[in-house]
Amino acid sequence: MEAARPLTIAPRRSGLVERLNLPYFDGWMLAAAAGLIAFSCFTLAEATREDIPGDPLYFVLRQVVYALIGVSLMFAISRIDYSRFRELRVGIYSAMITAISLVFVFGAAARGSRRWIELPYFRFQPSELAKVLLIVSLAAFVIERTRRGSDPRQTIRLLAIGLAPAALVFLQPDLGTGLVLGAITITILFLAGVRWTHFAAIGAVTAALAAFALLLAPAIGVPVLQGYQQERLTSFLNPSDDPGDSSYQVNQAVIAAASGEKTGRGDQATQTELNFVPEHHTDFIFAVIGERYGFLGAAFVLSLYALLVWRALRLLTLSKNLYGTLIAGGIAAALMFQVLVNVGMNLGIMPVTGITLPLMSYGGSSVLVTFMAIGLLQSIHVQAQLSSRNSSRAATPALLR
Amino acid sequence: MFRHGTDESPRRSTALQKRATIVTGIAIAIFSVIGLRLWYLQILSGDSYRDQANDNRVREVRVQAPRGEILDRDGKVLVANRTELALQVLPDDLPKLGSPQRAAVMKGLAQITGDTPQEMEAEIAAVLKESRASPVILARGLGAGKVYFLREHQDRFPGVSVERVFAREYRQGSVAAHLFGNVGEVTAEQLGLPRYATLDQGDQVGQSGIEYEYDRYLRGRAGSERFQVDALGRPTDQLNGRPAHAGDNVRLTIDADLQATAEGALGSFGLPGAFVAMNVDSGEVLAMGSAPSFDPSVFTRPITERQYKALVSRENDAPLANRAIQGLYPTGSIFKVITGLAALNDGLITPGEIVNDSGEVKVDTVTFKNAQDAVFGPIDMSDAFKVSSDVYFYKLGYESNVRTGRGGVIQAEARQLGLGEQTGIDLPAEVEGLVPTPAWRNRLFRDKLTDRPWSAGDNINFAVGQGDMQADPLQMAVVYAAIANGGTVLRPHLGERVETATGEVLEEFESVPKRQVEIPEEWRSTILNGLTRAAMEEGGTSYPVFGNFPVPIAGKTGTAERGIGVADQAWYAAVAPANDPEIVVVVTLERGGFGADSAAPAAARILEKYFQLPITPAVASAQESRE
Repeated sequence: MEAARPLTIAPRRSGLVERLNLPYFDGWMLAAAAGLIAFSCFTLAEATREDIPGDPLYFVLRQVVYALIGVSLMFAISRIDYSRFRELRVGIYSAMITAISLVFVFGAAARGSRRWIELPYFRFQPSELAKVLLIVSLAAFVIERTRRGSDPRQTIRLLAIGLAPAALVFLQPDLGTGLVLGAITITILFLAGVRWTHFAAIGAVTAALAAFALLLAPAIGVPVLQGYQQERLTSFLNPSDDPGDSSYQVNQAVIAAASGEKTGRGDQATQTELNFVPEHHTDFIFAVIGERYGFLGAAFVLSLYALLVWRALRLLTLSKNLYGTLIAGGIAAALMFQVLVNVGMNLGIMPVTGITLPLMSYGGSSVLVTFMAIGLLQSIHVQAQLSSRNSSRAATPALLR
Repeated sequence: MFRHGTDESPRRSTALQKRATIVTGIAIAIFSVIGLRLWYLQILSGDSYRDQANDNRVREVRVQAPRGEILDRDGKVLVANRTELALQVLPDDLPKLGSPQRAAVMKGLAQITGDTPQEMEAEIAAVLKESRASPVILARGLGAGKVYFLREHQDRFPGVSVERVFAREYRQGSVAAHLFGNVGEVTAEQLGLPRYATLDQGDQVGQSGIEYEYDRYLRGRAGSERFQVDALGRPTDQLNGRPAHAGDNVRLTIDADLQATAEGALGSFGLPGAFVAMNVDSGEVLAMGSAPSFDPSVFTRPITERQYKALVSRENDAPLANRAIQGLYPTGSIFKVITGLAALNDGLITPGEIVNDSGEVKVDTVTFKNAQDAVFGPIDMSDAFKVSSDVYFYKLGYESNVRTGRGGVIQAEARQLGLGEQTGIDLPAEVEGLVPTPAWRNRLFRDKLTDRPWSAGDNINFAVGQGDMQADPLQMAVVYAAIANGGTVLRPHLGERVETATGEVLEEFESVPKRQVEIPEEWRSTILNGLTRAAMEEGGTSYPVFGNFPVPIAGKTGTAERGIGVADQAWYAAVAPANDPEIVVVVTLERGGFGADSAAPAAARILEKYFQLPITPAVASAQESRE
């Protein structure tokens, strides 16, 4: 469709825009993602000044670099027609399993868990990458399998494909990311049309497993969850019980977020400034936002997420094919789940699971992978735009459709 | 608008749309829940959480105020403060109770304090029950070695600090030990009283003696230091605090030199006893003490069970007891002034009326004899005081006996002059003593607590200060002062005034006399004349001690029987100068024998000091008077 162009200045400009597929981009989604990462850098700049003595910009500079790389990745991926990943599903899936497994061999241990692989300049977390890789490959597998019908065995196989990486991640142990992978799997299967009865069965088994892990196994002396995991999962139910413990973090985070009131405490944000809120640049950054910028800031961030999720969900019906629908669904599920669990944890209504807040928490792997996912979403949008333009000439590519 | 890939059937598309709607619904639900929670926390309950955030970061440390000093009448410092280092824990900053880290900290502390971890935990728990964030002091008076050890290993002792605290310092050693009382942490019960309304857990208050009585002046006002701390409790900023205000000084009426001399004189006998020296007009107590004494600084450190027992046990003669206001003694012959005054007032006798002292009085089957079987022949009241005739007063006791109710004129006179009730001195824990009455004894008899009802013999014994009557030296000083000053029953006092550290007077204490008793000048001079002759005239009971005293003394010896097999208790009560009394001195010595042998010489030393005369060496005088 690229016709030969005359060598003029204006078309060259529009050529770059054209080459980035910008006219077919979802502008709102782009704006939401840009707003979130900008807000993240802004918050980190203000709240982490004292964290590394002598280097007030340590976190913010790195986050900016991650953001730039992430945005580049997003544009790169958005240029690719996502449909081509369908053929690569086996390779992608194998690469994902290999990457996750690598941490068991090369993993850098931190706080009793091996989640990272040390690279020069960068600490890579394969389980983060697994989110997009799982979405892309599982959606492809689902389409292959559902074509052959929808009997329970198919469902079980697909479930196994989806939950295998979740189980591996869980063993690192990284409970939070494991749960995200689980949420992705369930959502993709759900959108693929797996029967309600199968979901009922899945729900029942999950409930039984949870009961076993939380109640029965510890009782008979076979701990499935690490002690701290179990405590974290249950302590949020009564966080004021003991301020000296795992619920201490949640308590302090809630105090921080709530004490921001309407407009925030700005530099008087003692909860974070004085380190009462732990991990305030990563898992508990939402509490920082709540304290520093109050309801105004926190609600603004939440609405950016709502916008992002809305634009992703919109693709479920906009996508040119089922593969795009499932990918968009998986990404939307991952975003929603992470926002729910992370913000919920910051506000004291969800357990502490170590799930990062996408585009907000400091961290290279999370930022890069989220931008890759948004790149995929943009690719779905671009392809939908292109295909609708092809099918109906009247359609106009609109940046802000 | 719903377009889909070519490979999808329309049926499938509507099914998909349904499920997409469900996912969207879940998304809406999730954002609603989070949004509502955010609104609830920040908008609805934000202010209470902001308070919590401030509580978190602000650490308030109470700063003890140094207590005021206690001075003698000339401004000599009796009780001051010294600082010492104390081991303090902030319970909130200690590792969690029951954790191995907590056990390790407590084990480490046990080596420093010498207490067991269990004892320390109990102490912490006790304070925590009262108020949550209070620091708990686990040990006082830490030595330099222990302090350095703690500072060097601070990382091993989270929540533990070394604080500077004040402790009492007794500048004159054990002088006046019985008066000051001790200072201690305010107790849980005390905190509920209005008197301690402004105090907090951990504050020090006077728990007995002068420290208790004048606590509101001495106490001062605790201040606070406020810090901003980070999550690890490290101070990051100093906030506005409130400075501590030192307590004001309390100046006593006590003369430290006189007190020391008196304690030395009393102590030289090695017997339990007490003395009081008081101004007969103002009720100012110039010296008051009790033997055996103790080192008051023992209470500035944690006291062991054994130490405390040693201070109160009978075998050690209970050094902690202040016999001057807590002794319950028969007073022997020094009581006779009351009997004499009662009889004169009642018209039972006149000053010049001659009574024949035949050496004994027989009532029914009982014979009452003079001490040492003396026979004094015909005597008037002045003579009776001079030689301390028992028979003279036995007769008055017999004649004034009333068989029922609150007794006769002697009981009434005794009560008028302040016996059987607290003198009202500004010290806690004063006893009332006992004025025996027919009603009292008859009730005991009814309750089978004694073998016989009231009889004339009881009143005869009472008339000479024997039997059931009980009084302490301070009460007898009030009686003699009333006779000396013409009938004013004083309320003795130790507190003279409150002043600032620079001596500026803030409040003067006025002692309002209890009451005025009518003592006609004739009766007063008769009694004083008899007492003066007893001290200054040959043949007087205390002539061997006071015969050559440069100042005229009016004094009365007393020898009280304390039961079979127990040595008599010696008494001496004196007012001086006899012609124009200024001071009353009362001395008693348990197991001291005849009053003239021990109590009188001790009183002589006190009077020598008061009148600034050369002081007769104590031991020599004791022996001399025995000869």
